[in-house]
Amino acid sequence: MSGEPAALGTPELPTFIRQGTFRRLAKMPTVWIATVILFTALFFSFFGALLAPFDPNFTDLNMVNMAPFASDFLLGGDRAGRDIFSRLLVATSNTIGGAAIAVSISVAIGASIGLMAGYYGRVFDALGAWLSNLIQALPGIIVLIAVYVVAGPSTVTSMIVVGILIAPVYFRLMRNVVISVRNELYVDAARVSGLSDIRIMSRHIFVVVRAPIIIEMAYIAGIALVIQATLEFIGLGSPENPTWGGMLQDSFNALYISPFAILWPALSIILTVLAFVFLSNAVRDTLGDPRSSGGKARKAIVSTPDSRATADAGSTHAFLTVRDLSVAYPLSKNESRTVVNKVNLEVNRGEVLGLVGESGSGKTQTAFAILGLLPPEAIVDSGRIVLGSTPLLGLTEKKLNALRGSEIAYVPQEPMSNLDPAFTVGQQFGYAMRKKLGLSKAQSRERALSLLARVNINDPERVYDYYPHQLSGGMAQRVLIAIAVSCDPELLIADEPTTALDVTVQAEVLDLLRGLQQERSMALILVTHNFGVVADICDRVAVMKDGEIVETGDTRKIVKHPEHPYTQLLLSSVLDNVPMRAPLEPQAEVRA
Amino acid sequence: MSREATPLLQVKDLAVEYRSSGWRRPANRVLHNVSLDIHEGETLGLVGESGSGKTTLGRSILGLVPVASGQIIYDGRDITRARRRARRALAKEIQVVFQDPYSSLNPSLLVSDILSEPLRAAGIGGAESRRRVRELLDRVGMPADASERYPVEFSGGQRQRIAIARALALEPRLIICDEPVSALDLSTQARVLDLLIDIQERTGVTLLVISHDLSVIRAVCHRVAVMFKGEIVEQGSTSSVINHPTQMYTKKLLLAAPVTDPDEQRERREARRLLAETEAVA
Repeated sequence: MSGEPAALGTPELPTFIRQGTFRRLAKMPTVWIATVILFTALFFSFFGALLAPFDPNFTDLNMVNMAPFASDFLLGGDRAGRDIFSRLLVATSNTIGGAAIAVSISVAIGASIGLMAGYYGRVFDALGAWLSNLIQALPGIIVLIAVYVVAGPSTVTSMIVVGILIAPVYFRLMRNVVISVRNELYVDAARVSGLSDIRIMSRHIFVVVRAPIIIEMAYIAGIALVIQATLEFIGLGSPENPTWGGMLQDSFNALYISPFAILWPALSIILTVLAFVFLSNAVRDTLGDPRSSGGKARKAIVSTPDSRATADAGSTHAFLTVRDLSVAYPLSKNESRTVVNKVNLEVNRGEVLGLVGESGSGKTQTAFAILGLLPPEAIVDSGRIVLGSTPLLGLTEKKLNALRGSEIAYVPQEPMSNLDPAFTVGQQFGYAMRKKLGLSKAQSRERALSLLARVNINDPERVYDYYPHQLSGGMAQRVLIAIAVSCDPELLIADEPTTALDVTVQAEVLDLLRGLQQERSMALILVTHNFGVVADICDRVAVMKDGEIVETGDTRKIVKHPEHPYTQLLLSSVLDNVPMRAPLEPQAEVRA
Repeated sequence: MSREATPLLQVKDLAVEYRSSGWRRPANRVLHNVSLDIHEGETLGLVGESGSGKTTLGRSILGLVPVASGQIIYDGRDITRARRRARRALAKEIQVVFQDPYSSLNPSLLVSDILSEPLRAAGIGGAESRRRVRELLDRVGMPADASERYPVEFSGGQRQRIAIARALALEPRLIICDEPVSALDLSTQARVLDLLIDIQERTGVTLLVISHDLSVIRAVCHRVAVMFKGEIVEQGSTSSVINHPTQMYTKKLLLAAPVTDPDEQRERREARRLLAETEAVA
């Protein structure tokens, strides 16, 4: 498994995520500002009417178009002589309330239909999609004007209609999330446990979808506010109740006489909408990528005092020598976790070394260290890796790239995810060969075809033009092996190359690896957890546990006479050595 | 082995199709007339490679995929197309342990909630449910304080124990184990299989073990059925199928699985090469 670094610190994960999210959100200044603005708006929407110094409809003809900060009317008077400040405060409740209506209606309709469509599929899905498409096809502003004509000026009615018009956003969001959750095994398990559909939806599905819905709500609230302001501005609001959009229209009409009056409603609208949008984005970013603001990406730290010392590299005759290699991952500022600890390895040309261990033993990390493919946050504490006479640790990416392919090559565990779905087999072959071997297009095609034939692919001409999705798992792995050996590497590192394959295909792929390795007298490092694979192909084997090599030696000796207790434990767990289950005795059938 | 009693589960001529995408394209038939009997108290192994239809067979017994034709008879009742209500009642009879202990447990629920869920659905709540949860954890060898923790806090083997505990909650008569150990480390595999055998010996529960790994089947199954391309090609007692396979595919499957002794493995490889040659000639 290659998931070792990801497994770091998993024990605290659930609490870690929750506290971490809030803590990281609290660190962002935009979140603070947005929250303060929204709480102020919320406060005024409840208490604005009480705090307003004047009645919003109180008119004083002396105050018509009064400038701000010049009289009792703090922000000045509008063109009917009403206090702008008081109207702004009272309007908060209408404006925010209207947005709340639109959001609640769209969530209630969109999310519930989306939930049903995603969960039941078929008729519900078709019907839901049809309805959603219909609503989206309607020209919103015309619908709203029609409603205004029929139902008269009412903020509530128009906001309900806006809610319906926005509902498809939630429908799509909900449907897609539910479909992805519905296929989780735990939903199947709940169904087999006899849970009713409603219980499954409320317990297992709603838990997952609530976060995206809440995030979307903030965003939608911002949009609803803009739509509402637009409606009021073009005169579709109710004249009795002050709203920010209505005030905007009022002051727009008096723009030349009293230019400042338009500032206050416009500022209120802009600030509130921006606060909604920024908050929504911040929460989305934080939830979507747990490390997004966790600090700057670290470069791989290679602190090897003797990494460039080549002097005594010649003292060993092995082709690849690994000495005292240690790899660690930082957990926090002062702590780190060592995943590879003082590992020593040697591989000769023409030799197959098995690197055996369970998940988390550090075998993949060791292989990645040799390949120079460790993630950037990895710290190589100490050690030396020498290939031929070249020390690999501390090499620049450019120099490493020069070695990859022609000196070291890699065969991964998951063949499918290691082929780019956008390119044909031939395209994935050609680039490296043209670059490394300096072949022409025709030459590289010829070589690729002969390699495909060598890895036992029937009809190489056709497979050359296939896209990865047209290959079976076994074929994909053969293609990757062919690509790996295409530039004649001296060392091949195969990380669980057969784990994802069926046993019959596994046997064929192992035959192929053995054949290629012998023909070319390559050094091969095979990372695996399967002793059967080791017995089949490896000359020597190194057993890893918790980042350390506990035993190494000739395969026959290790398998037949293991010395270390851990090797003994592993070999005794191999199910081939477990006695076969005896046939069922008829008497044993009695059931209490 | 001849047995007078009727089997606990009978699968008769079962066919399952998946609808192909695209208009009027023929459906993709993944099971062809599959017939199986599972007797009370036994473990039947279902072995086959990916795409052989073994998982689909398990899911159709659980009612998770629709059946195109044929019958599934449980304890004398036809459950082939059981309605939701009848299916919910079957929860007390047939249970499941899935392959992947990471996605089969809801990460946002406490272990106690996961285990009490089937109990609540069956109308058992409160103190009785808490007592049963403790008992279940004990039975699968997990500490009692595991109930107040989340699935993510446990290793793969421990999660699979929790999944087994959930399957045992309603004391079912049949448990379908779909690749129960293939996601686990070697040293954990043997222990989880021991747990399954131990539970069977204590409760007499019937097991259907689905696996691609013959060594798993060999260790836990009394009988085995070999699947290939949606059909059962061979079935019989574990020892007869493994020691004296009659079908070409079974032979191939047996020889392809590597053993840990390098010398024995060399012989196997040779035998496999000979078999491939005879097949090519035939």
